[in-house]
Amino acid sequence: MNSFKSFIVKYKSLVVLIILVVILSIAMPRFLTISNLLNVLTQISINAIIAIGMCIVILSGSGGIDLSVGSVVAITGAIAASLYKSGINLPVCILCALGVGALIGFANGLLTAKQKIQPFIATLCTQIIFRGITYVYTDGKPISGLDDSFTAIGNNRVLGIPIPVIITLIIFLITLYILNETVLGRHIYANGGNEDCTRLSGVSTDRLKILVYIISGLTAATSGIIVTARIGSASPNAGLGYETDAIAAVVLGGTRMSGGEGTMLGTMIGAVILGVIDNGLNLMNVNPFYQSIVKGVIILLAVFLDKKNKE
Amino acid sequence: MEVKPLLEMVKISKSFSGVKVLQDVSLSVYGGEVMALLGENGAGKSTLMKILSGLYKCDSGEIYLDGHKVQIDSVKDAQKLGISFIHQELSVLPNLTVWENIFLGHEVTKGCTKKIDKAFMREKSRELLKSLGCTFDVNAKAGDLTIGEMQMIEIIKAVSANSRIVIMDEPTASLTDYETKKLFEVIAALKSKGMAVIYISHRLDEIFEVCSRVTVLRDGKLIGVTELGKVDKNQLISMMVGRNLEEQYPYIAPSPGKVILSVEKLNYKNKVKNVSFSLREGEIVGMAGLVGAGRSETAKVILGEYKKTSGDIFVNGKKVDIKSSKDAIKNGIVYLSEDRKKEGLISNWPVGENMTLPNLKKYVGNFGRIVKKEEVIDFKEYAKKMSIKTTGYSQIASNLSGGNQQKVIIAKWLMTKPQILIFDEPTRGIDVGAKKEIYEILNELKKNNKAILVISSDMQEILGISDRIVVMHEGEVAGEIDRKNASQEAIMKYAVGISNRG
Ligand SMILES: Nc1ncnc2c1ncn2[C@@H]1O[C@H](COP(=O)(O)OP(=O)(O)OP(=O)(O)O)[C@@H](O)[C@H]1O
Ligand SMILES: [Mg+2]
Repeated sequence: MNSFKSFIVKYKSLVVLIILVVILSIAMPRFLTISNLLNVLTQISINAIIAIGMCIVILSGSGGIDLSVGSVVAITGAIAASLYKSGINLPVCILCALGVGALIGFANGLLTAKQKIQPFIATLCTQIIFRGITYVYTDGKPISGLDDSFTAIGNNRVLGIPIPVIITLIIFLITLYILNETVLGRHIYANGGNEDCTRLSGVSTDRLKILVYIISGLTAATSGIIVTARIGSASPNAGLGYETDAIAAVVLGGTRMSGGEGTMLGTMIGAVILGVIDNGLNLMNVNPFYQSIVKGVIILLAVFLDKKNKE
Repeated sequence: MEVKPLLEMVKISKSFSGVKVLQDVSLSVYGGEVMALLGENGAGKSTLMKILSGLYKCDSGEIYLDGHKVQIDSVKDAQKLGISFIHQELSVLPNLTVWENIFLGHEVTKGCTKKIDKAFMREKSRELLKSLGCTFDVNAKAGDLTIGEMQMIEIIKAVSANSRIVIMDEPTASLTDYETKKLFEVIAALKSKGMAVIYISHRLDEIFEVCSRVTVLRDGKLIGVTELGKVDKNQLISMMVGRNLEEQYPYIAPSPGKVILSVEKLNYKNKVKNVSFSLREGEIVGMAGLVGAGRSETAKVILGEYKKTSGDIFVNGKKVDIKSSKDAIKNGIVYLSEDRKKEGLISNWPVGENMTLPNLKKYVGNFGRIVKKEEVIDFKEYAKKMSIKTTGYSQIASNLSGGNQQKVIIAKWLMTKPQILIFDEPTRGIDVGAKKEIYEILNELKKNNKAILVISSDMQEILGISDRIVVMHEGEVAGEIDRKNASQEAIMKYAVGISNRG
């Protein structure tokens, strides 16, 4: 009973999620169908994967944040698509896209760790730069006409579960393990708690910072591939504003923006809440203009509840 | 006519998650009096004062001011009643200037636009600083000051508010002798104004100097209240620790072996100038000097935390290139920082995780997984060895008393099994009993052939434990003194730069 209570205290956002689900299932019987739920989860996975990387960056402290994820989605999608169309086989295309994501993360890490540029500013700049590079690379036009073996990544199922959901689950489990069980995880939380102390305790904090941005680049690239596969084409405008959703998921999950406190499970719940809100508003045919307002207000309410609870 | 106490705390009790920290403790202070509050680390002194200042709520007990019962539910309440608190942990905001810090929360405005009156506050701050003999600029960023200077800001903040009761929780822990003297003058002035001062310190000499009565706590219980004229130091100590404490500075003769660390002509900006010295196995070298003499800087240059401009470091005769703490630890060098809060602990972390942080690799099992069971075993061993007062591995570090936090950090470094230990103010804020325990730990390390450098501003401590003393003055090594030639005068001569090397 006690551990149940502490679980609830830790994951208050779960309560918000349950309330949302209950309301939606009553108002919209269509919500609780298997096909709709799988659809929701597939949609969520794109944001959830980015949010996992974002969560790690924010947890690691030192003002960590990665605003470049949206641009990483666009450029890695474009690279995977164009390479694939030029006849290179799929696994190599995927590896190249992931490599580029990691490289951009590496650049972000260098800028913040070695050049001491504030993460907000550094990643804002790389966001703008790589969006531009994507436009140049694609000449501003979508790369379409991807065949079934590529789009399968986004649309097929294994054992009835959509592939993007499986990928999300795997990445989630890996990062959960890293954060809770390994030295790297301990160091991430340590740096978020007190950077000076962590460095003096013999941790290469610079290397740690670079590493978390590489992780974020990798997760964003993974999402980039999935987005491209789902639509069947790579748009230079893909991923616009994705950083906001990812940050919202992390915050909803109860992670402290200054780092050191927060959990991966919380972030997942945050991502699911956002997805459920989107889906619910769609099912209710709410005008998209209003959807954004409603979504913002719900996030605010959830964060507010969380804060009240902590006091 | 009988004089009524200004403040009375009656039968105060307090528990934290089931653990009784204070049990029926009473305390009374008269106007114009300095009352010492004495007790070991974790005895409950800070907690009692936090209750008085509205930070904590007591579980039971009453507080009377001028004979009237008062209810103190918040810091605001306490301030309104004229109670101000100088905390053990600094709360100066580093990004604000000195004067902004002094007037934080009660800024002075002028005219109907309510524009803040910067000129007035600057001038007023300047006066306050001058009256305390501080020489730093009111426009300086607080974060650029030394810890001692920041502490002075805290003191100024408290005495400049309209208070009747001033609580000082280890105010002199990081002050220089000169600053301490000035503080005592301020306390005398407060006294003559009829204010009451509650003074917490682990420095017994100070207590005899400034206080008239003393209240002693042990394990959260009131042991006694007595006039300081009626007891001597040893009696006080036995009241505090519940036993007699022989020989405050246990000393064992060294058996120095080969040189294990040597530093040659180390330079760092203009803070460290041509510093050379060496440490041998099995000896304790004290490093004395005034605050700001460049002792901590020297340590941090050795550590690679500050990048040296020139000079060489040799470990076991081999030249080493230390770029960071990580390299230092690899070479068996550890550094206990003087700044516990900023550099020593992750305060929202469990005690146990704090201890194992530098040494995590040791606990890695299959698949990169940290084996927590082994961590807990080591934690228990060291917590016991150093008699750390804690509820266990997962107690949050910031909930430990100040002295116990320090022991946690020492334990953290001992766990890395170092060869060379640089301890910067290791006993700051530590009670007499625990101090002795730390000296015994140092002696133990000495017996085990470790090389130890103790940086300390406590002259008695330096004289009491060192085999050799290196004295620094304005970034240079001013002189080196053998134990048999060591005396306070000899150290001071070098420390103030009267006597030159050679
Ligand atoms: N917020 C808290 N939560 C849990 N336990 C606490 C908390 N604050 C203090 N304690 C415990 O209460 C006891 C008394 O602590 P306190 O800080 O009052 O000691 P102290 O006498 O001021 O010691 P020191 O001389 O080391 O500063 C300690 O055992 C400490 O661990
Ligand atoms: Mg205390």
